[in-house]
This record gives sequence, C-alpha cells and structure tokens, in this order.
Amino acid sequence: MSILIVAEHDNASLKAATLNTVTAASEIGGDIHILVAGSDCQAAADAAASVAGVSKVLVADNAAYGHQLAENLAPLVAEVAGDYSHVLAPATTSGKNLMPRVAALLDVDQVSDIIAVVSADTFKRPIYAGNVIATVKNEEAIKVITVRGAAFDASAAEGGSAEQTNVGAAHDAGISSFVGEEVAKSDRPELTAAKVVVSGGRGMQNGDNFALLEAIADKVGGAVGASRAAVDAGFVPNDMQVGQTGKIVAPELYVAVGISGAIQHLAGMKDSKVIVAINKDEDAPIFQVADYGLVADLFEALPELSEQL
Amino acid sequence: MKVLVTVKRVVDYNVKVRAKSDGTGPELGNVKMSINPFCEIAVEEAVRLKEAGVATEVVIVSVGDKSCQEQIRSALALGADRGIHVEAEGSLQPLAIAKLLEAVVDREEPELIIMGKQSIDGDNNQTGQMLAALTGRPQGTFASKLDIADGKAQVIREIDGGLQTVSLALPAIVTTDLRLNEPRYASLPNIMKAKRKPLDTLTASELGVDTVSKVTLVSAEPPATRQAGIKVASVSELVEKLKNEAKVI
Ligand SMILES: Cc1cc2nc3c(=O)[nH]c(=O)nc-3n(C[C@H](O)[C@H](O)[C@H](O)COP(=O)(O)OP(=O)(O)OC[C@H]3O[C@@H](n4cnc5c(N)ncnc54)[C@H](O)[C@@H]3O)c2cc1C
Ligand SMILES: Nc1ncnc2c1ncn2[C@@H]1O[C@H](COP(=O)(O)O)[C@@H](O)[C@H]1O
Repeated sequence: MSILIVAEHDNASLKAATLNTVTAASEIGGDIHILVAGSDCQAAADAAASVAGVSKVLVADNAAYGHQLAENLAPLVAEVAGDYSHVLAPATTSGKNLMPRVAALLDVDQVSDIIAVVSADTFKRPIYAGNVIATVKNEEAIKVITVRGAAFDASAAEGGSAEQTNVGAAHDAGISSFVGEEVAKSDRPELTAAKVVVSGGRGMQNGDNFALLEAIADKVGGAVGASRAAVDAGFVPNDMQVGQTGKIVAPELYVAVGISGAIQHLAGMKDSKVIVAINKDEDAPIFQVADYGLVADLFEALPELSEQL
Repeated sequence: MKVLVTVKRVVDYNVKVRAKSDGTGPELGNVKMSINPFCEIAVEEAVRLKEAGVATEVVIVSVGDKSCQEQIRSALALGADRGIHVEAEGSLQPLAIAKLLEAVVDREEPELIIMGKQSIDGDNNQTGQMLAALTGRPQGTFASKLDIADGKAQVIREIDGGLQTVSLALPAIVTTDLRLNEPRYASLPNIMKAKRKPLDTLTASELGVDTVSKVTLVSAEPPATRQAGIKVASVSELVEKLKNEAKVI
C-alpha cells in the first residue's frame, strides 16, 4: 500500500494542515509520498521532504499550478494517483475544491472530512452537522479522502529526508484563471492550529468590539474566531467563521463570547478540550457544551478577564 | 442564457438529527424536510440573473424519490421556470448524483450551472466539483459573488485565508456559499403559479447511469457527549478554574 498526500502550501512553505494529514496517512499505514504542485515551489518541496515519515516527494513545478486552480491540478493528481491505494488531502477549502474533481476523473467516490481511521478501507466522518458520526467503508481501488485537521495531531515537520522526483506534464486546461486574492494578514496563530481560540458572535454588536477579544487572544497567544452571524453582519471577514460550513477547530481552550450555540456553530468547535461560554442569557444552548459558563454581560466581563490574565 | 440549478431535499437545518439506537443510520422518521439552504441560495442567484436580464430560463433539477418534487415546486415558486425530477431511490453517493446530473446537462446544455457548496445532511461538499470534472467545465466553488460578462463568470470565492477571485469561461459551474445572497420568501400567488409550471420526470435507467457505489455506510453513532460543565459566578473564579483545574492557561 502506498499513500499519496496532496500538499497544501503557498510555494514557500507547507501549510500546517498537511502535517495532520500525514498523521492520518500513517494510521492507514504504508509508504507515504507527498505531491507538491505549484510554481517556484522548491522551498515547499524541501519542507515536505523533511516531514517525519515521508519517503518520497513528487514535485510538479509549473506556472499552471501557481494558484492551485482545480481545473489544472486535478488532471495532474489523477495522472499520478494510479500508483497509489489512497490519495489524501486536508479538508481545507483548497482540498475540498480539488479532491472531488480528482475523484470524478478517476471515476471513484470520495470520502470527505474523515475524523478517524478504523482500518485501511474504513473511516469515521461526521454527518448532519456532527450530530451523527458515520462509519463508512470505501472499496474503491483508489481511495480519495479528505482529512479533518482538527481530528489528527500534526506529525513532526522535521526529521525526515525523503527523496524528491519531478513528475507530470503541465496541464493547463485554459478554462479558468486567477484574478486576485484578498488574504487576511494577522500576527496571531492560524485559527485551525491555535491552542486557544476566542470567538465572538452577534452579541459583540460590531467589528470594533472584536478588539476586546483580540486583547484576550494576545495575552494567551490565541486566535480570534467568529460565528456566522458575526460574519454575515459584516463585523469580521469570512475567514474567521467557525462551524459546520466554516472552519473546524479543536483547541485546548475555546472561549465563545456572545454566541448562542446553534448546532451549526457547535459542529465547528465542540471537540475543543475545554470550552468556556460567556453569555448574558443563562438559557443559551452554548452552556450545554461549556465546561465553564459565565452568565454575564460581555462588555463587563471581557475587560475584567483581559486584566486578570 | 439558460441556467440550471440543482436542488436537494434535506432535513431542515433547524432539526437536530440523531443516530438510530440500533446504529444503522440517522433517525429520519417524521422530520421536517426542506430545500438544502445552499441550494436555496443557488435558486435565488439564478432568479436574480433572470430579473437582471442575464438569464433567459431557470431550470431546476433534483435527484431523489418522488417526494423531492415538493422541493422542485418550492424552487419554482421562488421564480424558476420549469423543473426536472430525476427519479432515484435510496441514498446515492455524490459521484452517482453527478453522473445523473451530467446526463441532464448533456440534454439541456445550460451555459451556467449553480449548485449548493454542500448538502447539510451528508456534508459531502463534492457534487459540484465532480460534475465540473465530468463535463470538463471550470468550477467556481464557495461563491460569495458572481458576475456574468463577456462570456465569462467572475466568481469571488470564500477560501480559508480570505477571498479569491477567479474568472471562468462559460459554460461554468458555480457552487454557493451563504453570503452570496439572502433568498426571498415565496408569495402565495407564486406558490399557486408554481403548481402549473412544467415538471418532467426522468429515471436513472433512461439516462443510462449506473448508481451503485463502492462507498457504503457501515454504522452510525452519536458523537461523544461532553461532561456537563459548571457555571462560574465571576471572572476571577473563571480565571482560577482555567489556571488550576483545567490548566489551559
Ligand atoms: C446552512 C447553514 C450553515 C450555517 N453554518 C454556520 C457555521 O458554520 N457557523 C456558525 O457559527 N453559524 C452557522 N450558521 C448560522 C447558525 O444557524 C446561527 O444563526 C449562528 O451561529 C448564530 O450566531 P450567534 O450565536 O453569533 O448569534 P445569535 O444566535 O443571535 O446569538 C447571539 C448571542 O449573544 C448573546 N448576547 C447578546 N448581547 C450580549 C452581551 N452584551 N453580553 C453577553 N451575551 C450577549 C445573546 O444572549 C445570544 O445568545 C449556519 C446556518 C445555516 C442555515
Ligand atoms: N440529490 C440531489 N439532487 C439535486 N442536487 C443535488 C443532489 N445532491 C447534491 N446536489 C447538489 O450538490 C450540492 C452539493 O452536495 P454534496 O456534494 O452532497 O455536499 C448540493 O447543494 C446540491 O446543489
């Protein structure tokens, strides 16, 4: 058995989610190879080669892969996939965009967003916003899978010394092009990798008030997240959304402030180790999943909390 | 421009679904069913394109048993022109659904296909990308803005790092994210009118598609439950607990 992982990277470095996917691959068992497809991506390939447990890195360095357009990348992955029993990618927006296109080119079904490996062909994944955990068996010859990062530890980024080979012709479908990107810049840790996440909901009232959460996040080296309602209301950008249809996080500590606890929000954070809820409504459903609940007005509680940390 | 919109019948998003006690699957008896929220956004977007004079016809397609005609009618009541029901029993995997949709696309030849990014029952997030692969069309997934001009679709996509803009040659496939628009409510007269709009039925065998899948459900269980927590009386008690009991700060 050998497993191919499609790396998530920005041409210069590997994204953390790739390391969680390596752990899922090692639980399946077998040789682990990483495909780094990009443009001027040698640095990312070198980073992939030093990941512990990886025996080979396939490098496809071509301008057509620079922005990870699925139309160009999927034929490459499908071409390389023939040698493997499993093809894995992180269940991030880029993995979700790419992998079903690969699966359809290979004429196989895909298993999305696995949270556990039961055996080489059987996996657990959440359905119905995480209210049901399904165990599914995948009997396809090539198993195309996306992996929920929050459910697997990151493997060590150092310690490996995989060989590197160049692969694949350039595929440029010529039907799509990259126009631009607005990427949020922040000195705080990435939401999905942070040990502490402090999230705000509609109760924050506006975007400026998120400074109250940032002050707390900065004291504990955490990231700031949000509910969908806070995103929809324009308080904060979409990349901060936690939930069924946003990011899935499982930090050591999750602090939900002014968030009611809709099932769609819980789906994205209820596997956090410790959950704190601050809400002025003592009946808010968020308290049903919180280890520590504080019934209080957030505008009084947050400054006090910031001071005491 | 003809726009095809896919609509899935799913358990309403307000229902908290549970696993059956015998572990054979989710408990779906007597629960409220609705259009998948992302598909509702897809319908709204297509209807707005028609109102803007960009689209000439909006065709709804749904794959499932007879009951999904109810969701097709709801979409027609929102302003779509006609419906296609692809009759298929049981729960199909996304690849089979994408193949059925491909056969419909071959017949209808729409210039734009708008789909939901994810069905909220299976949470697969696959069908749009698969249909794009099968038809060789470009894909604009997780769209929060869509503009059609000069034979191209410009799509702003919600990605993990922020927003990405791509330009797609038509015919193209777009999958919706929640912020694309806010769907309207159907008015009573429009609900009545929808009853008289054309709705054709096709079957998988007519379309020549094999819907058997190699991915199967083995069992379904409830997620791990969390230990009931406590309420703290003050911020200082909270900080003390986090430091000394939970040891997370
Ligand atoms: C298909 C679909 C997908 C969705 N996906 C997601 C998702 O991924 N993530 C997500 O989060 N949501 C998602 N939602 C939306 C979800 O259903 C809820 O609407 C949303 O989570 C509510 O956000 P909220 O808790 O911030 O707002 P509300 O439910 O309005 O809650 C605000 C809370 O703030 C409290 N509050 C107000 N003022 C104060 C104060 N001064 N001090 C303390 N507390 C205060 C209130 O008591 C209340 O509990 C989705 C919905 C749909 C239909
Ligand atoms: N049975 C179906 N009938 C019509 N459209 C569907 C069906 N299943 C999935 N889709 C479409 O594909 C989208 C993504 O679904 P999924 O890949 O299951 O998450 C949905 O939002 C629908 O627009």
